Amino acid sequence: MHHMLHIKNGIVIDTKNGIKAEKMDIFVKEGKIVEESEIDKSQCKVIDASNKLVVAGGVDMHAHIAGSKINTGRTMRPEEMRMVRQIANKFRASVGRVLLTSPAIGYEYAKMGYTTSFEAAQPPIGALHTHEELDAIPMVDKAALPVFGNWHFVFKYVAENDIEKLKTFIAWAIERTKGFGVKVVNPGGVEAWMYGGNCRSLDDEVPNFGVTPREIITSLIKATEELNLCHSVHLHCNNLGNPGNFETTIETMKLANGFSNDKRQVLHVTHVQFNAYAGSSWRDVGSGAAEIAKVVNGMDNVTIDMGAAIFGHATAMTGDAPFQFTLHKLLGARWSNKDSEVEGGAGIVPIMYLPKNPVHALQWAIGLELGLLVESDKVVLTTDFPNGGPFTEYPYVMAMLMSKKMREKELERVSPYVQKAANLPSIDAEKTLDEVMHMTRALSARVLGLENKGHLGVGADADISIYDFNPNEIDTSNDYEIINKAFRNALYTIKGGVIIVKEGQLVDEVWGTTYWVDATNKVDTEAIEEDLDKYFELYYSVEKEHYGVEEAWIKNPTRLVMG
Amino acid sequence: MAQKVICTFCGSVCDDVEFDVEEFKAKKFCKLGRSKFSKKERIKAPMVDGKEVSYEEATQKAAEILVNAKKPLLYGWASTVNEAIRLGVILTEKVRGVYDQCASVCHAPGTLAVIEEGLPGASLGAIKNRADLVIFWGSNPMEAHPRHPLRYSMSAKGLLISGRKDRKVVVVDVRKTKTAKKADVFVQIKPGYDYPIISALRALIKGEDIEVDEVGGVSKEQLKELAEMMKSAKYGVIFYGLGVTQSRGRDRNIENAVKLIQLLNRYTRFVIWPMRGHYNVVGSGEVPAWEVGYQYAIDFSRGYPRFSPAEFSANEVLQRKDCDAALVIAADPVAHFPKASVKHLKKIPVIQIDPFPNMTTLVADVVIPSAVYGLEAEGTAYRMDGIPLRVKKVIDTEYWSDEKILEELLKKVVELRGE
Repeated sequence: MHHMLHIKNGIVIDTKNGIKAEKMDIFVKEGKIVEESEIDKSQCKVIDASNKLVVAGGVDMHAHIAGSKINTGRTMRPEEMRMVRQIANKFRASVGRVLLTSPAIGYEYAKMGYTTSFEAAQPPIGALHTHEELDAIPMVDKAALPVFGNWHFVFKYVAENDIEKLKTFIAWAIERTKGFGVKVVNPGGVEAWMYGGNCRSLDDEVPNFGVTPREIITSLIKATEELNLCHSVHLHCNNLGNPGNFETTIETMKLANGFSNDKRQVLHVTHVQFNAYAGSSWRDVGSGAAEIAKVVNGMDNVTIDMGAAIFGHATAMTGDAPFQFTLHKLLGARWSNKDSEVEGGAGIVPIMYLPKNPVHALQWAIGLELGLLVESDKVVLTTDFPNGGPFTEYPYVMAMLMSKKMREKELERVSPYVQKAANLPSIDAEKTLDEVMHMTRALSARVLGLENKGHLGVGADADISIYDFNPNEIDTSNDYEIINKAFRNALYTIKGGVIIVKEGQLVDEVWGTTYWVDATNKVDTEAIEEDLDKYFELYYSVEKEHYGVEEAWIKNPTRLVMG
Repeated sequence: MAQKVICTFCGSVCDDVEFDVEEFKAKKFCKLGRSKFSKKERIKAPMVDGKEVSYEEATQKAAEILVNAKKPLLYGWASTVNEAIRLGVILTEKVRGVYDQCASVCHAPGTLAVIEEGLPGASLGAIKNRADLVIFWGSNPMEAHPRHPLRYSMSAKGLLISGRKDRKVVVVDVRKTKTAKKADVFVQIKPGYDYPIISALRALIKGEDIEVDEVGGVSKEQLKELAEMMKSAKYGVIFYGLGVTQSRGRDRNIENAVKLIQLLNRYTRFVIWPMRGHYNVVGSGEVPAWEVGYQYAIDFSRGYPRFSPAEFSANEVLQRKDCDAALVIAADPVAHFPKASVKHLKKIPVIQIDPFPNMTTLVADVVIPSAVYGLEAEGTAYRMDGIPLRVKKVIDTEYWSDEKILEELLKKVVELRGE
C-alpha cells in the first residue's frame, strides 16, 4: 500500500546531490520523493532511521535475469534449484542457488536493497519471452537491452555506410523488442561462429559482409548518439575470455574518441573482468586491469562495469556463442548453443570458480582490481550475473572494495599465482562508502540514463534502502564483516514508496515497471521498409507482422519517448 | 476475407497461414492444422456430474475439489498458452499439488539429456538459412509436422541455401516413412539400436575404426559414408523425434547424440533439435522453469518445488495412487495413458478444461469448456525452437479462455483457503 512516509533522522548518502553522510529526513508521497511541505504529518508513516544509513535503492545495470538464456540454464541445471530459499506462503516459493527462479530474483534483490535490474542481453526474436520473464519478477523495476552486434541489418547498413538507415533500424528494433538500448555482443564474431570462426580482433572481417568489428562499433556509437538515446552503446568486447585480450579492450575503448555527450558516456564496456587478461596463454596469463584502468581514467566518455568473479558456482551465459564453445572445450562441461535467425546466437556453460585454481583466482583478483583502480565515477559494481557469480554476493564485493584488511585475509586462501600475476596484493586503495554507494546507485542510474533513479532528490522515485549501521561511526577498513552482513539484508527496502522489506524479511509484494525506449519519432521507418520486407521474406522464419512485442502485452510498461 | 493467423496445432506454429472468418475457412494450412481450424464438435457448456451449469458454478466446484484434495495432479498444458500455464503453475504451488505436462510421455528424455550434456541448437530460421545437411532421426515431419520440411528444413530457402538441391537430406528410422521417401539417403536401423549407432558414428568421426561389420542393421560402409557426410557438411542439423526418445535408451540416446554434436563442432558446425509435438509443449516446460525452476514432474507437497521424473511424472503419480484429485487441461490422458494410470483417474475427482470433448471428458466430474487459442482467444506460444509467437483471436466466443478459467479458479482457491 502507498503511504506517505517520513524517514526520520537517517544518515543519508546521496552522491548525485552531494550529500555525504548527513543526518536528514526524507519524505515520500505517491511513490516519489517530495518536499517536507507536501506531506501531511498526521497521515504519514514515520520510519525512525536514527543512526542508520539511508540511500537510494540499488540499480543493477547488467544482469541476466530474464529470457531464453537463463531459462535454458535453469533447465540444464536442476541442481541449482535444490536450494530452497522460501516455502510458499503469502509470497511465492523461492528457490535457486546462483540461478534463481523469477520470483526469487525479485525477492533477493529486494532483500539487498536493490530496486532496479536490467536484463543485459535480449535476443531480438525472443523479445516476448524476455518480457514474459521480466513480468514474472516481482519487486524491482526492469528493462531489457536487445542485442545488435551480429544482426544482418546492422552489417548491411554499416557496409553501406548508411548511418541514417542504421538509426532508423535501431529505432525500429528497439520499439519492436520493447527494449531499452543498444547492446552489442562480440560484434561480427557471432556471425563468424556460424562458420565455426570468431572475430577476435577489431579488424577481423565478418564473413560475407566485408565489415569489421571496428566499423560496426563505431557506426553503432554514431547512430546511438545521433538518436540521442538515454543509454549509450553497451558493449561486450571482442576476444572475450582469452589471454592477452586487454589490448583488444583498450583498442575498443579508444573507438569512443571523437564522440561526446553531456549527460553520459558514449560507450559502456561491460563485465570488463572477462576482457582484462594479459599474457599469451593460460600458462602465463596475468592481469591487464591496471592498463585498462589507466585508459578509462584518462577518457571522459567511457564507463565500465566490473563483472567481478565470485568463488563458487556460476553459469556462463552470453550472446558470445563462439566463446561459450571455447569454454565448453576448456572445461569439458555441458554446453547449450542457440544460433538465432539472422540476429546472432548465444551459449550456456556451467562453471565453478575455485579459489585454489590459478586462473579463477586471477579472475577474482582482476574484477576487484578494476573496481579499485578505475575512478569511482566510471566503474559500476556488477558480477555479470550469473556469469561471474550471484548478484547476492554484491555485499562481499562492496566490503572488499572498502577494506584492504579483508582483501589480505581473502588473499591467504587463494592460489599464490595471484601474487605474481595480479596487482591486487599490492593495491592499497580502499574505496569509501560514498564511492561504493555511488558505484551501485547514482552511477549505474546515470549510465543507463535513468534520471529518477539512484538518488534521493525531490522528484526521484521513492526507491530507498536503509541499512543497519551508522556511516559516520563505521570504520569500513576494519568493520568489513559488518558491511558484508548489513548490505545482504536491508533494514528497510522501499520500492515506489511501498515498504517491501523490513529487517531483511519480505513484508509486501509489488510489481515494478518495465521501461522501454521509443525513438521512432526521430526517424521515418518508411526508409527501411523495403529492406525489412525483403529480409523477413527471405531470411526469417516468422512473418514481419508477427515479429515483436506490443506494449499491451507487458504487465506494467513505461514508455520513454526520446527527446 | 482471409486474414493471417497463427496455427495452434503442432510445434511448427506456422504463422503464414490464413483464415477466412466469414466462410470459416482455413487457407494454406496443412491437413492437421486445418482440422483444428474447422467446425468441430465442442463441449457445449460447463458441467458438474454430467449436469450443465454456469462457469461460476463449475469453477467453484473445481476449486473445492482442489482445495479439499491432499495432493492433486495438474496435468496437460501442452495445448494452451503461456498465460494460462503460468496461472496453472501458481495454482499448483498454492494447492501443493503436482505439475506435470505432456512432455513426460513424449520428449522429456530430451530434457534429461539437456541436463546431462546441454542442447547445442539453433532457431528454425538459422537452420533454413544455413543447413546444407538435414538429418531426421526417428522423426517423420511429412506426417507429424507437414509444413516443417517446406518452411524450415528440407526445401526451405534461406541465406546460403537456395532450396532442396543445395541440401542433403538423410532419414534415420526403423521403417521407410513418408519423409524417408523424400530423403537423399535413408538409413534403416534395427529398432532400439540408436545408441550404438550414434556411438559408432562418434568413433568414425574421430577417425577411429569400429571392429564390426555392422551396427544395428547398418553396414560399416554406410556408417562411414554418413560419418563423412556429417563431417564434411558446412552446417548440419539433427532433428530427432519420439523414435529416439521413446525407444530403448531413451534419454541416453539423446545424450549420446548431443555428444556427437559436441564432437562435430570441432570440425564444422552442427546443431540438434527436438521435433516437439503440440503447439506450446515448449511453453509448458519453459513457464514452470522460470516460475519454479523445473520443466515437468514437479511436486509441491512440501510447499516448494521438487523435481523427480521417476516419482512425479503423471503416470508415476497415478500408478502409485499418489494423487487424490486431478485437473486435466488441454490433454487427453484417458486416451493416451496406460490402463493402470487411467484406472486411478477413474477413482478420483477429475476436473477437465478443454475446448473439445475427448475420452477424458467421460471420466471428468467437472468439465469446463474453453475457447480455442489462435481462433477465439489470444496468448503466447513457443514454437518448437522456443521462438515466441502471440497467437490471435479472430472470432468472438461465449467460451471462457483457459486463462480466464484459471484466473477465476485461482481466485476461488485463495478465497476457500482463507488467504
